[in-house]
Amino acid sequence: MSAQPFRLAHGGLIDRSRTLTFTFDGKSYTGHPGDTLASALLAHGVRLFGRSFKYHRPRGVLTAGSEEPNALVTLREGARAEPNTRATTIELFDGLVATSQNRWPSLGFDLMAVNQLAAPLFVAGFYYKTFMWPAKAWEKLYEPLIRRAAGLGALSGQEDPDHYEHDHAFCDVLVVGAGPAGLIAALDAGRAGLRVVLADEGAMPGGQLLTERVQIDGQDGPAWVAGAIAALSAMPHVRVMRRTTVFGRFDDGEHGAIEQVADHLPVPLPGQPRQRLWKIVARQTILATGATERPIVFDGNDRPGVMLAGAVSTYCNRYGVAPGRRAVVLTASDSGWQTAADLIAAGVTLLAVIDTRAGVPEILTAPIRAAGVPVLTGGQLVAAKGSPLSQVIAADNQGRRHSYAADLLAVAGGWNPQVALAAHLGHKPVWREDIAAYALGAAPADVSAAGAADGVYGLAGAMASARAAVLKAAAALGTALTPAALPAAQDTAHAVSAVWATGPCKAKAFVDFQHDVTASDVTLAVREGYTSVEHLKRYTTLGMATDQGRVSQVNGHGLLAAATGKALAETGTIRARPPVVPVAIGAFGGHHRGRQFRPTRHTASHDWAAARGAVFVDAGQWKRAQWYALPHETTWRQSVDREVHATRNGVGLCDVSTLGKIELIGADVGTLLDRLYINGFAALPVGKARYGLMLREDGFAMDDGTVTRFADDRWFMTTTTANAARVMQHIDFARQVLWPDLDAQAVSVTEQWATYSIAGPRARELLAAALPDSDVSNVALPYMGAVAMRWRGYAARLFRLSFSGELAYELSVPAHLGAALVHHLCDVGTLFGLTPYGTEALGVMRIEKGHPAGNELNGWTTAADLGLGRMASKTKDYIGRIMAGRPALVDPARPRLVGLKPVDGVSAVRAGAHLLRPGATPAPSHDEGYVSSACYSPTLGTPIALALLAHGADRHGEDVVVHDPVRGADVRALVCDPVFFDPAGERLRG
Amino acid sequence: MRYSIVQLARQALGRHRGWAPAWRDATPKDGYDVVIVGGGGHGLAAAYYLAKVHGITNVALVERGWIGGGNAGRNTTIIRSNYGLPGNEPFYEWSMKLWEGLEQDLNYNAMVSQRGVLNLYHSDPQRDAYARRGNAMRMHGVDATLLDADAVRKMAPFLDFDNARFPIDGGLLQERGGTARHDAVNWGYARAASALGVDIIQNCEVTGFLRDASGAVTGVETGRGTIRAGKVGLAVAGMTSHVAAKAGLKLPIESHVLQAFVSEGLKPLIPGVITYGAGHFYVSQSDKGGLVFGGDIDGYNSYAQRGNLPVVEDVCEGAMALMPMIGRVRMLRSWGGIMDMSMDGSPIIDHTPIPGLYLNAGWCYGGFKATPASGWCFAHLLATDTAHDTATAYRLDRFRTGHVIDEKGAGAQPNLH
Amino acid sequence: MRIPCPFCGARDSREFVFRGDAQPVRPGGDDAGAMFDYLYLRDNPAGAFEELWYHAQGCRNWLRVTRNTVTHAITDARLARPEPAA
Repeated sequence: MSAQPFRLAHGGLIDRSRTLTFTFDGKSYTGHPGDTLASALLAHGVRLFGRSFKYHRPRGVLTAGSEEPNALVTLREGARAEPNTRATTIELFDGLVATSQNRWPSLGFDLMAVNQLAAPLFVAGFYYKTFMWPAKAWEKLYEPLIRRAAGLGALSGQEDPDHYEHDHAFCDVLVVGAGPAGLIAALDAGRAGLRVVLADEGAMPGGQLLTERVQIDGQDGPAWVAGAIAALSAMPHVRVMRRTTVFGRFDDGEHGAIEQVADHLPVPLPGQPRQRLWKIVARQTILATGATERPIVFDGNDRPGVMLAGAVSTYCNRYGVAPGRRAVVLTASDSGWQTAADLIAAGVTLLAVIDTRAGVPEILTAPIRAAGVPVLTGGQLVAAKGSPLSQVIAADNQGRRHSYAADLLAVAGGWNPQVALAAHLGHKPVWREDIAAYALGAAPADVSAAGAADGVYGLAGAMASARAAVLKAAAALGTALTPAALPAAQDTAHAVSAVWATGPCKAKAFVDFQHDVTASDVTLAVREGYTSVEHLKRYTTLGMATDQGRVSQVNGHGLLAAATGKALAETGTIRARPPVVPVAIGAFGGHHRGRQFRPTRHTASHDWAAARGAVFVDAGQWKRAQWYALPHETTWRQSVDREVHATRNGVGLCDVSTLGKIELIGADVGTLLDRLYINGFAALPVGKARYGLMLREDGFAMDDGTVTRFADDRWFMTTTTANAARVMQHIDFARQVLWPDLDAQAVSVTEQWATYSIAGPRARELLAAALPDSDVSNVALPYMGAVAMRWRGYAARLFRLSFSGELAYELSVPAHLGAALVHHLCDVGTLFGLTPYGTEALGVMRIEKGHPAGNELNGWTTAADLGLGRMASKTKDYIGRIMAGRPALVDPARPRLVGLKPVDGVSAVRAGAHLLRPGATPAPSHDEGYVSSACYSPTLGTPIALALLAHGADRHGEDVVVHDPVRGADVRALVCDPVFFDPAGERLRG
Repeated sequence: MRYSIVQLARQALGRHRGWAPAWRDATPKDGYDVVIVGGGGHGLAAAYYLAKVHGITNVALVERGWIGGGNAGRNTTIIRSNYGLPGNEPFYEWSMKLWEGLEQDLNYNAMVSQRGVLNLYHSDPQRDAYARRGNAMRMHGVDATLLDADAVRKMAPFLDFDNARFPIDGGLLQERGGTARHDAVNWGYARAASALGVDIIQNCEVTGFLRDASGAVTGVETGRGTIRAGKVGLAVAGMTSHVAAKAGLKLPIESHVLQAFVSEGLKPLIPGVITYGAGHFYVSQSDKGGLVFGGDIDGYNSYAQRGNLPVVEDVCEGAMALMPMIGRVRMLRSWGGIMDMSMDGSPIIDHTPIPGLYLNAGWCYGGFKATPASGWCFAHLLATDTAHDTATAYRLDRFRTGHVIDEKGAGAQPNLH
Repeated sequence: MRIPCPFCGARDSREFVFRGDAQPVRPGGDDAGAMFDYLYLRDNPAGAFEELWYHAQGCRNWLRVTRNTVTHAITDARLARPEPAA
């Protein structure tokens, strides 16, 4: 495999029988199934993966996991381009295309690296201190320059072509992480019969059993893992979820998890989502999330070739890749010695092991010394040099300098248990001196940590800690657990010391790699008083990069503590926030995008309307016919004017099924209605309908509609389309919370009835023909009358109600008959010239009649504002009565509903325009109201409008200026009564 | 120490060892003319303007944690003055004017960036409502432009114009709207106030109020001792009810959690602030490249500074509906702040019924943009005992008289505003 | 958040509509001051809180839920109206 010069001859969990081809920055490479993009590129000796945010420093791979801060690439191309993707977690697939980011013109030669020259100026917070002169230059000059340099990867700007799913799971025990601790926890809980979800972020469960050379129950790690997974898979109540990262913990046991269903494929299979967002509700949660290694701060610690020791072991053991040929190990913990042994085993030339601790146990050093490798205990790392790394300078405990021509520096700074999930509910981790790390403190009662996540790093110890966590969870669930013997395993040495920095740390000693925050930035922040951990984070941006401080935060806090003379227990740490790893916004959105963003509600006769040329408009979630265009009509006004004319002079048909409909039953419904509406209902006779206005408790109008009484104890209410759900809730509140003693039941029947308005002078003729068995005469069914009847054997209701001001009826039939009814009416209606009309014509006719609708019932108006003050009963209590009497609500200067007509008879008066007195300058103090609804009235042959005008009721006959500067010139209008047409109401009673 | 490029260069030569603390870490004195409770942006700004405008420098600002740790440091950094009601618009426009000169006044770059705030509309009634608002803004002398769909397309071609459930018909644009760097605003005010003599006292929680025989407030009890005060001003939005209860006050306020979100850093692509009109989603892009976005409050009373998944999903649904290119952008971090949700959705800057105690509260989720004017008007009230001209409507008794300032027309239920 | 609806069982909060404080009792009569207190003034405690939720997408019952506003922990949920006699 000379094509992969750094690939080890043996080992690794890769399939060497298959070769995959991919490109990085246009150059072709090969790898194997089981590789990540990072391991495959390392196998080719690629060292340079990306550029840092601020200084554009060349960067290599630091880690082998999801915490990677440096090796971020743009994965795929075109609309599927995915910026800032961690090369360390990208599963290699054939044909993969990756591109480096944040460099120009190329990764190797980045002109933006000139920023490094200005590094002495570009210290933490420098931008707060400059770019202020001249005043206008920030937006014009400085900020555009800064923004141009900002960000890492670029978004395609195209629609994401993939789709995303949501799913739910419920379990007794959620185990997060399928390393040794997680597997033991899942096996124990599963064997006890508990419903278990075991989620692991990787493609292959196993955690450290895949990356460390260990024996467990006499098997090597991967073999034991395979057995454990087989055992779990045989349990039907256990679900093992691979490629699934639990990213957030929410209330009442709810967890958010993201399953990367198809990210390891070139494109998702047909019908397959790219990712699936899981909401997992668990009664108990065991965090077996492991620990992440932290770097050590020293000069040049960001050079490509400086890598965390655990990652070095992982590349050797799991991927069969040597991340370098000549290595030095720098360690502050026992685990670094394991990496030294791994490097020797992999055949890498190990030049030295430097341990910052003085007293390193012989058991660690002896095998390394025996291999002839120099060991510096109590040593320091002075500098790493070269790009990529070519020289490591160390100092021994006597201060003598040693220089090594190394291309790999493995750094073991200690381990941070990953307990962010437990912190999401607000439980902050606590500093533990024994493991030199923040760990789970007072956790939520249903959460335990196990294994490395609990600071237990040895294999046997990790499994024992998992066992303890399961016992605790089982006890909480009331389940008896008789566990089998734990697998035989050894504990390796795992002491950790608190070392944050080593050597002089003069300039280029990085704490936060991606954001280029150096040790001196931390000191500067402290010097300037930004000494709380939150101020430090915000001032220096430490921990705000895409790894969210998983790599950098503890070192930063260690340096802060040192600079302020505080203990780490005292400085505290940043509150972890979801998500634990960045999650695609598309996954949260799921299928709610495009036309599926929100449900679309169709009425029963939607298809009929569409066939009749309806143009639909959104009314909440409903689609309503706005007008019905005839083939020869070229503008919407032609259609609307025709529909109004036809209705006013013949007969029109309008689908009003979207109005809210509520059935009320009970002896006390009348009393309830009296309390809901400002006007009285208790005395409404059976067979009669009445218009009513409801207020909110604060005295402003809430909704209007009609109530019809069909029997002593049976009532039927309509609401506006927009407020249907709200009124239903309001009624339930009134009858359940305010007055539970009333005998009143209520149920929404909006979906159950299809309702059509038949309006116009010929409406009665049409209905008489369409409903030959019904008496629709004025005597049998007078204005505001209603009858229950049957149509085609089903219950139906016929109301004599009018919104248009014409002789009009509303006919309701069960929704499944809606289309049939419309067809029947149209069939019969051809004789009468029946014309379907839409919401636009409906709106025109209601404005002509001065009826308030949604634009007037806007939450700011009182009954009196709408001209409905006289309806308010003086003899009963009702919701809103008291507050409607507040001074501001009874102020005579309040805007009142008026009509407006342009003085010239032709100029449009638009809704949203404000009203001024003629001659008044447009200023807030001269603002006298606004136009709420406007239209062209084909009946009157002029534009008309409804408006709310100060002292409006007293100003009929005056002129006002209609001021609409965002759309056009001022218009003069005449104030008039809001009822433009048939003010006596003769037509609707006819 | 004045900040400038020259100073920065000079300090660079000294390896930045010469910088002084941005503000003095003060310890409390026995008493002050004015004690402001709450080290958020509004409290810090009020302290600064008390000293700067009114010459009252014997002022302490007490903060229970670290300054800027509440909503002042947990918002989506938007500034705008596009309100519709006469009670609000002059105030927010005064705030905008102060934003426009803030950096020179404070000598601290708060990165005020007027890249525009665009509110999209999706129906004729929504267009007319925005027209009404835009017209009101124009009458107040504030810039407002009503755009049609073509104009919006030119500004933001990546929006979903073609496959939308709720097509974009246009938008109301305020070009002077934009964003500012929230932390820098807090630190800038702190530094400038401290330089004028204000004592900024962190880690100093108010545990009670000193009262004289008449019941008047004469100081505060704190975790760091008793501090006497001529006047005490509360600027503790989010915790207002909690603190005011120590003085026996019950207020028209509930505490609710609002979540917000930031994505990984991306090369610039969002021009200004864009607000979806058919769902709960708004977005801008920070100077670091992260998309900063948010939506509605969770809707239940909370002091937890964290929320739940339904709102996260709701916001991202809006994001995907509005700009489906955003699907492959990753959410990096979410956070939650506690909002003082008032009963009409508008703030309170007023006396309280208790002599000596003044209230700055009820900012709902609109507090950040108000920071300069809120500080200015609260300082004015504390110094003169009269409401500033632009804040006369923010009275505590307006709920009793009915002079509510209800931009949404939603009524007396805080979680609907 | 999951609301333990006494009628439907524990359900996702997405099914519910939140209203607010369950303590204030609507006054009858003409006392504007009492009505003002009922409608506008809130204890807004940081801690245990009795609040009203409406199971809009479930049984349509109004519930009285006791929840801690600092931890969000729910300790009780019952129908807002008195339980019907057995």
